[in-house]
Amino acid sequence: MSASHIPQPDTPALRLEGIVKTFPGVRALDDVGFDVRAGEVHALLGENGAGKSTLMKVLAGMYEPDEGSIYIEGEAVTMRSPLEAKARGVVLIHQELSLAEEMSVAENIYLGELPRKSLGRVDWKTLHSNAQAILDRLKCGFDSKRQVGTLSIANQQMVEIARALTVEAKVVVFDEPTASLTDAEKVVLFDIINDLKARGAGIVYISHRMDEIFTLADRISVLRDGGYRGTLIKSETNEDEVIQLMIGRALDLTRRRAAAKTGKVALQVEGLSCGKLFEDVSFELREGEVLGFYGLVGAGRTEIAETLFGLRKPSAGRILIDGTEVEISSPADAIKKGISLVPESRKEQGLVLGMNCRDNITLPQVGDLTKGPFVSDGAEIAIFDRYYEALKIKTPSWRQAVGNLSGGNQQKIVIGKWLAMNPRILIVDEPTRGIDVGSKSEIHDLIRTLAGEGYAVIVISSEMPEVMHVSDRIVAMFHGRIMRSFTTEEVTEDNLVAAISGIETDKVA
Amino acid sequence: MSHSVLKSPLGWLAGNPIWGFIALIFIFFSFANPYFFALQNFQNILVQTSTIGVIALGMTLVMINGNIDLSVGAVVALAASLCVDIQGWSLFADWGNWAILPGVVAALLAGTALGALNGLIVWKTGVDAFIVTLGAMLGVRGLVFVYTKEQSFFAMNFSFSDFGSSSIGPIPTLAALFLICTAIVHFVLSRTVHGRNTYAVGGNRSAAVNAGIRVGPHMMINFMIVGFLAALAGVTLSSQMGAATPNLGTNYELWVITSVVLGGTKLKGGAGTITGTLGGVLAIGILRNGMNLMQVPAFYVLVILGSILIAVLLLDKQLNRKGKEELRL
Amino acid sequence: MADIRHEIPADRAGRSGPDSGGKHKGGGMAHSGLKSFAGLMARQGILVAFVLFLIAFSVFSDRFLSAENIFSVVRSSAIIGVMALGVTVVVIGGNLDLSVGSMLSFSTVLVVDLHDKIGPGPAIVVTVLATLCLGAINGLLVGVARLNSLIVTLGMLSAIQGLTLIYSGGKNVDIVHQDTTWFKIFGRGYIADIPVPIVIFAICAIVLHVVMAYTPFGRRIYATGGNPTAAVFSGIRRSRVVFATYLISALTVAIAAIVLGSRVMGSQNNVGQGYELQVLAGVILGGTSLLGGSGTIWKSVIGVLILGFIQNGLLLLGFEYYVQWLVTWVVIILAVWLDIAAKRGRLLSPIA
Repeated sequence: MSASHIPQPDTPALRLEGIVKTFPGVRALDDVGFDVRAGEVHALLGENGAGKSTLMKVLAGMYEPDEGSIYIEGEAVTMRSPLEAKARGVVLIHQELSLAEEMSVAENIYLGELPRKSLGRVDWKTLHSNAQAILDRLKCGFDSKRQVGTLSIANQQMVEIARALTVEAKVVVFDEPTASLTDAEKVVLFDIINDLKARGAGIVYISHRMDEIFTLADRISVLRDGGYRGTLIKSETNEDEVIQLMIGRALDLTRRRAAAKTGKVALQVEGLSCGKLFEDVSFELREGEVLGFYGLVGAGRTEIAETLFGLRKPSAGRILIDGTEVEISSPADAIKKGISLVPESRKEQGLVLGMNCRDNITLPQVGDLTKGPFVSDGAEIAIFDRYYEALKIKTPSWRQAVGNLSGGNQQKIVIGKWLAMNPRILIVDEPTRGIDVGSKSEIHDLIRTLAGEGYAVIVISSEMPEVMHVSDRIVAMFHGRIMRSFTTEEVTEDNLVAAISGIETDKVA
Repeated sequence: MSHSVLKSPLGWLAGNPIWGFIALIFIFFSFANPYFFALQNFQNILVQTSTIGVIALGMTLVMINGNIDLSVGAVVALAASLCVDIQGWSLFADWGNWAILPGVVAALLAGTALGALNGLIVWKTGVDAFIVTLGAMLGVRGLVFVYTKEQSFFAMNFSFSDFGSSSIGPIPTLAALFLICTAIVHFVLSRTVHGRNTYAVGGNRSAAVNAGIRVGPHMMINFMIVGFLAALAGVTLSSQMGAATPNLGTNYELWVITSVVLGGTKLKGGAGTITGTLGGVLAIGILRNGMNLMQVPAFYVLVILGSILIAVLLLDKQLNRKGKEELRL
Repeated sequence: MADIRHEIPADRAGRSGPDSGGKHKGGGMAHSGLKSFAGLMARQGILVAFVLFLIAFSVFSDRFLSAENIFSVVRSSAIIGVMALGVTVVVIGGNLDLSVGSMLSFSTVLVVDLHDKIGPGPAIVVTVLATLCLGAINGLLVGVARLNSLIVTLGMLSAIQGLTLIYSGGKNVDIVHQDTTWFKIFGRGYIADIPVPIVIFAICAIVLHVVMAYTPFGRRIYATGGNPTAAVFSGIRRSRVVFATYLISALTVAIAAIVLGSRVMGSQNNVGQGYELQVLAGVILGGTSLLGGSGTIWKSVIGVLILGFIQNGLLLLGFEYYVQWLVTWVVIILAVWLDIAAKRGRLLSPIA
């Protein structure tokens, strides 16, 4: 597979060759190779789980690749730690912030490299003047003496970026940098990126957002299932081609599923608010229907699910189940009322990783699976077996700790756990995050099947193809509000993107 | 709390509520007891708090690192025993007052070495500091009993105990020593690279590692500092008593941790100040002293202290609530 | 404090983790043999160490393995052992209880003092109820108010110590007619030639083992300790579970106090001082992780017995009493070290 068909006039800032990285059970990167030139923005695209974050960690020295070589300005390098990577001129702007919140901005920027005076004292003057210079270059409106914990998330991200600029960076990797930025902040960020580019750095820009990529990038490389799928030149390609490369097939949005036969209204939400997390949310959900919630991270989708599951106290509004107003005070209460939630983060919220598969699946109902005062082994194993077969869970036995399973199988355990509760209303938050493509489509099929069986299903997802594929109706959210609700006939990629970006779709349409 | 608020005195108090608490109890005891508000009594308070206070300084560093040291009480006993025993060795019989020196040096070295050992184990094995120092708490105490054969040592050289009750001008020597240590540790924590790294390691360990801070040796140094200071407390305590008993320092870890937590240091690490710890130590010192003057039985003091510790935690929890929107976990 | 420990990098976690359920897909025979030895050490290391200790001591001392000696060790371990059972439950639930030592002082003083005042039966009832109240305070503060358990129980340690002294006025208490009261059975009696403290220890261990291993309640404790967030997301009422673990811990303290009071027929105000350490040492030796969610009752029994046998063996070998503390120091750290070394697949921590 050729990396690029463009002739290369000079040595690239970064060159990857045949990078392989495996984890138990997963080949996260399989023979990935491309190059990033000095002074270009090179976008890296791929669906969740395609291997972008692994590749990024390899670049930042957090993982050592099993095979393959990395060249910086033509020189083969090995990078065993982020520190070593930084010394080589490769810096990573993390998606997850890695700041010490109690310390000042300047101290965070120069963490590990605080300038010294005699007696081991910090040279505050030098520190702050250097830090302030970088902040000024980034046009940050805050002082270098400010405590980081008091900054907004966007400004904290600026501190991350500032930290990367303390060295003369040859390669700068941005991982979803705009996820928590406002439009004004984005403009500043893009200026910074263009500035870095002008100074001759190679930029690797990882993002999901087509619009950003087509604004910023010079070239676009695509990963799918851990493998490299090619590099496109921005000026010679279009979004469809990129998407096709990303998902491995043409995105066929013309073929709509026939609207499912839906039953009576199972869940009705009226004017529901929870502080500023989400406001005035109203929708209804019918039996046999899949309702998709689409929006950016932080748009309030997960918070709605958590409220419906009794994990948050609504500040206003009503929830009706089968036409009767209910108050859901706790997850136990929600379960009693027939609601199940497959949470967003399976490791933090979905599973007890040290527990075995069976015990995880039966956890919510273990109190009912009893013979006398004791848990009935037989009843538990029966439930495990049912979902082991139905969901095709791959595990050597029910005794296996779920921590040892692959992401897809872990997710199936969480789904199985909630199906086993036989809920009327099933809420699935990011059902396929970080799992391989095979399991993905299985889970999509499963969701459709469940709806076919009369479950009322809510699917929350950040992946457009997923939402479009599984949903009967789609609700688009922006900043805690429902912007618009689409039927399968109405929805297009464009009006969906517009709706979740806060653009009044009526005007566009 | 926002940055700008920090600069006003009121804002400072909001960040360090312990000093407000001190002002309250200070005023209370001043009115409630005629003997409280007197120079002599203030000197007493300072001397009484100096032992716990000196250890609390080191504990603050260790706790900001996200670790804990439960072995300080046992180290106090070991240092005191070593100090008093060694100065009485016949080897140093004709050294005169200089015989005290090897005792003091040995005590301080022992404390530092035990700190180093704790730190090394935490660093190399990755075992939680709580468990490592819990073991040391038991083991070092055992060492003391084995070494002393369960006997108390008495200092034959009166200069040693004179030191404990001496004064530099109006300030008792031990109080001065405590204040000097406070100033030094405050300087280290707030002004030096090592001190700033202490916050980084406790606040975001992976960020510190990624930034190239050598977390293991760094933590070890802080364990050595708390070991040294605990040994120093052992020396000053034995000088105050003119003797060392193997049970010395029992429960000190509780008092010290209580003071440090009262002073606003977070158990999770990453936050805390020496001024806060000084406040915590003084608060406990004033409470004990005041209640003692008011002839509250020592028993009640224990209950009150335990309650205050828990109350502070409750208050902290309430203040840090994110509001009604937060997840009900 | 407890949330930054034992981080295992994702790429190492599975590669050399010994506990892969005995299923090795590939890998040579020799390699898997080595692996299963490491696995055995990781899972049953505590048992192996126990057996080695027994062998070593019995080689050097004839009396060590005599039935009489074994009974005496188990009996003297029973008080710490019973408390360790309760603390194990708390620790599996993801918390600590450092207040058990001073709680033991309180309950023992209470039961002994009340014995002569209101009779043994009522004294026992009042003691159990009073101790449960203390446990409930712990439970409310940690379970419901969600305060850090280390600090809360540290504060309770001090407060209960004070409470005991206030109650007794600082005086020691004792039972006047020691020979005529049936209360003596708990500490001094025998059932079928087995000392009653051992019987009580065994019954408590079996009951709690059954509760933890076979009931829904036990399962919820493991889940809450293993991942409190996931437990709540699974509909478990976390506050109640944690609250209950502290009640269990208090109950075991009350039982231990009855045995202790009956054995000594009197009590000092500080009789339980330092017990929290011995208890915790036993629990840790048993392999219960302080992070919560793992551990078993019967391994804590072994942990406590190991401490007991070390103590006894060292005494028989002629060492001073306090040498056992030194040995305990080394043993605790080694036990935990080997445990996490097996989990991360390398001996030394990756900390730079």
